Amino acid sequence: MSQSLVSTVVNLILHALTVLLLPPLIPGLIAKVKARMAGRTGPPVLQLYYDLAKLARKEAVFSRTTTWVFLAGPVGTVAAILVASLLVPFGQTAAPVTFEGDVILFAYLLGLARFLTVLSALDTGSAFEGMGAAREVSFSVLAEPALFFGFAALAKATGSLSLTAMLHTHGLASGGHLSGPLILILAGWGIVYLAENARIPVDDPNTHLELTMIHEVMVLDHSGRPFALVLYGASLKLVVLGALLVDLLLPRLAQPWMDWLAFFGGLGLLAGVVGLVESSMARFRMTKVPQFLLVGVLASGFAFLLLLV
Amino acid sequence: MTFYLVAVLLAALSGFPGLFLVRRGGEVAGGLLGLAALLGIGAAARVLLGGPVPELCLPAQPLGSPGLLRLDPIAAWFLIPVLLLSACGAWYGIRYWEDPHGSPRRVRLVFGLLVAFLAVLVAAAHAWIFLLAWEGMAIAAFFLVITEDRLPETRRAAWIYLVSTHTGTLCLFAAFALLAGVTGHWELGPLPQGFAASGVGTAAFVLFMIGFGFKAGVMPLHLWLPPAHAAAPSHVSSLMSGILIKMGILGLVRLLIWVPDPPLWWGELLLALGVLSGVLGVTFALGQHDLKRLLAYHSIENIGIILLGLGLGLAGRTTGHPIVAALGFAGALLHVLNHSLFKGLLFLAAGSVVHATGTRNLERMGGLGRSMPWTSGAFLAGSWAICGLPPLNGFVSEWFIYLGSFRALALSRWPWSVGVLTALALIGALALACFAKAFGTVFLGTPRSPASAGAHEAPLGMRLPMGVLAGACLLIGVFPVALAPALDRAVAAFGPGLPGISGLAGLPMLTVLALALVALALLLGRWLGRRPAPGNLPTWDCGYAQPVPRAQYTASSFADGLVTGARWVLFPKVLAARVRGLFPKPAHYESHVPDPVLDRALDPAFRLGSRGIAALHVFQTGQLAIYLLYVLLTLLFLLIRMVV
Repeated sequence: MSQSLVSTVVNLILHALTVLLLPPLIPGLIAKVKARMAGRTGPPVLQLYYDLAKLARKEAVFSRTTTWVFLAGPVGTVAAILVASLLVPFGQTAAPVTFEGDVILFAYLLGLARFLTVLSALDTGSAFEGMGAAREVSFSVLAEPALFFGFAALAKATGSLSLTAMLHTHGLASGGHLSGPLILILAGWGIVYLAENARIPVDDPNTHLELTMIHEVMVLDHSGRPFALVLYGASLKLVVLGALLVDLLLPRLAQPWMDWLAFFGGLGLLAGVVGLVESSMARFRMTKVPQFLLVGVLASGFAFLLLLV
Repeated sequence: MTFYLVAVLLAALSGFPGLFLVRRGGEVAGGLLGLAALLGIGAAARVLLGGPVPELCLPAQPLGSPGLLRLDPIAAWFLIPVLLLSACGAWYGIRYWEDPHGSPRRVRLVFGLLVAFLAVLVAAAHAWIFLLAWEGMAIAAFFLVITEDRLPETRRAAWIYLVSTHTGTLCLFAAFALLAGVTGHWELGPLPQGFAASGVGTAAFVLFMIGFGFKAGVMPLHLWLPPAHAAAPSHVSSLMSGILIKMGILGLVRLLIWVPDPPLWWGELLLALGVLSGVLGVTFALGQHDLKRLLAYHSIENIGIILLGLGLGLAGRTTGHPIVAALGFAGALLHVLNHSLFKGLLFLAAGSVVHATGTRNLERMGGLGRSMPWTSGAFLAGSWAICGLPPLNGFVSEWFIYLGSFRALALSRWPWSVGVLTALALIGALALACFAKAFGTVFLGTPRSPASAGAHEAPLGMRLPMGVLAGACLLIGVFPVALAPALDRAVAAFGPGLPGISGLAGLPMLTVLALALVALALLLGRWLGRRPAPGNLPTWDCGYAQPVPRAQYTASSFADGLVTGARWVLFPKVLAARVRGLFPKPAHYESHVPDPVLDRALDPAFRLGSRGIAALHVFQTGQLAIYLLYVLLTLLFLLIRMVV
């Protein structure tokens, strides 16, 4: 009894520390991989930590057009994703909060984050930010069904409605009849992952032309601490959504500490894969993005169909 | 029963004193409706908390003393939003409808009558009472829609509404007659086993679906809804969208309770209609520029969500999965309440905007959040809730329906549940896009027209009702557990053996996580510190030093990607002049998304029909002699028929 309590508390602390401290590392890893692939040295892996520390000390500048909604964006986004992170299991340990139907709350908390980011962008009255906001909501219309088809498939496979149980299939590792659907879900969610996190080939976080941006253009006017929240929120999303992908892949290991190590390793690997994808291909034309997302919908849709038969 | 009857009476009479008062007629009406709400909601709450079900019967023995009104849990569940929303609407209307063109007295009088008819309708236990109240409600609503009858657009909307509602009522008359033919009396109640599978049962079901579908605005019978909601005064639109269309749902709910053994295809039809209304409703909403039309299409979408819940519940009940049934019905009933709260709120907030700017056109608004902070907060709360985002009430009811369909997925091989899931996910994403567009273009950015630049905040009398509704949305969203026992009692009406939903482990967790969300947001807000006094700095516009309001993204451009993506259902009409030459003339661009049924199908069909009938004008010469000749010929014809 006491031992399980201790392990619960330790897991909880590890979960909290992961959520609070780890995220800025992931964009750094991706950038490093990209730089190495291009034969450059690149910025230090910890660059985003330095940036956040610097932004936290800077004064924020506000346009005269903006209202309180402008600040509600970064604040609400980070709060929503933090709460959502409580529902996601990291590795093979259970999530801090699990209940039947938490998967729906998880998806809608991400929706809330999107809603507030978009409103915050529209609050500036800038045509460019409006453009980014419109693209964000349009593409999410396809990302959402892809995510839910995956959830439906996993719910069918595990008979459960809680993220912790749904993601702990061990199917791919054990090579059971679930491998086929799981590979399809991974493909579908991988596309969602790239789109939701504004990565190449959907969006380019490093582009310099406002006309072609999606996520970056929505936060053009943020500065200082609000911008620090925006950057941290984006990296948090990389971890939280990444956990969905990594959990599906991980086998169950003998010791809890090995589970945690495997999870961190998996996240690092995921960052590496994203970096490789970004180095090896260009971004799509904006009109091609819906087709790319449709592939995601179809992949997770077929995963569901495979489980039905 | 006494409380309920007094409430009905007070509501019916609420507009009368105002006819004779020079001033303060609105306050008297608002006071009476407020009192009616207190009494009626008290009576309803007693029933929902487990009290006895009061009943009013006709005392006359020869008729067998049929029951007339019965305040059962379903009636009580529907009565609460009826009275709450109408009291809020009446208070709002005092300051909102001072317009000298419309007659505030007439509006108040008919508003009170409408509320009374609605309150009677929810508890009707006899087909005649039901039809009487139904017709009274329809006609009262017609008089409210046509309030601004000097506008041709309003007259057209009101006539379309009247024709639609009467087509529906006609079907209901036939359907109730079929029921009476089976049971032998007009009292409403359980139907015999095997009725649903019979031919009469099928006919009655189809007639009921048409009759109730017209009222609820189910696609493709929604044609009256967008014009009528746009034309009516906003507090009336709020009541119509929040309550009136729910009476169609009430009818369906009653039908599902009376029929003990509906075939599976009933549930599947409801689900198919739910997917159609839900997805198409929100897609058409995306293409609108008129704020109130946009909200009206969202009502169609939400009716779709309610139908998804009902269909899921029905299918779960038929296939023997009580938990699926309970979750589906609970989601549908809770969404009825939730939608009336947040849609009522949205229409009231939209009314304040129309009041302040004098236009319903989204493209002429902008930046109202600065001049109307309270209204903007209210509209944001409504948008938040209607998108189903936690921690407001819209999430809770959608969560039930999601849970039900996930359960159905795990329990059976029945393929519909995945349709429900993906439809809900799609609706959620589209609704989010649409309300980001609506809230963004109306309240954020800078004013796009002088009218919206000079907008003023609504007076306190209009802000308070919005505050009450927003508060209710938040309460249900954060503490759904509190409502669960009442919901259980209403759901129990759908049949014995349905498990309660108050035992769901997730309900208290929703509260905990909602509070965590608020606490985190406050903490982060504190870390950001006080916002410094705004310097006079422009928005970064990529190098333009003087961003002009006209350069902002408009509602149409915001939705353009999605509207173009869905052009194979929307068929947007675009009028654009080609820009040619080095010094082009001023160009003009227009885009509309016409209604698929009214503008695309019925209008051309009727126009064609009337052209065909015009051919008969040949016989209508206007000369008396010719008409006499017709009479003679007819008589001759009949004579020959008689002889031969």
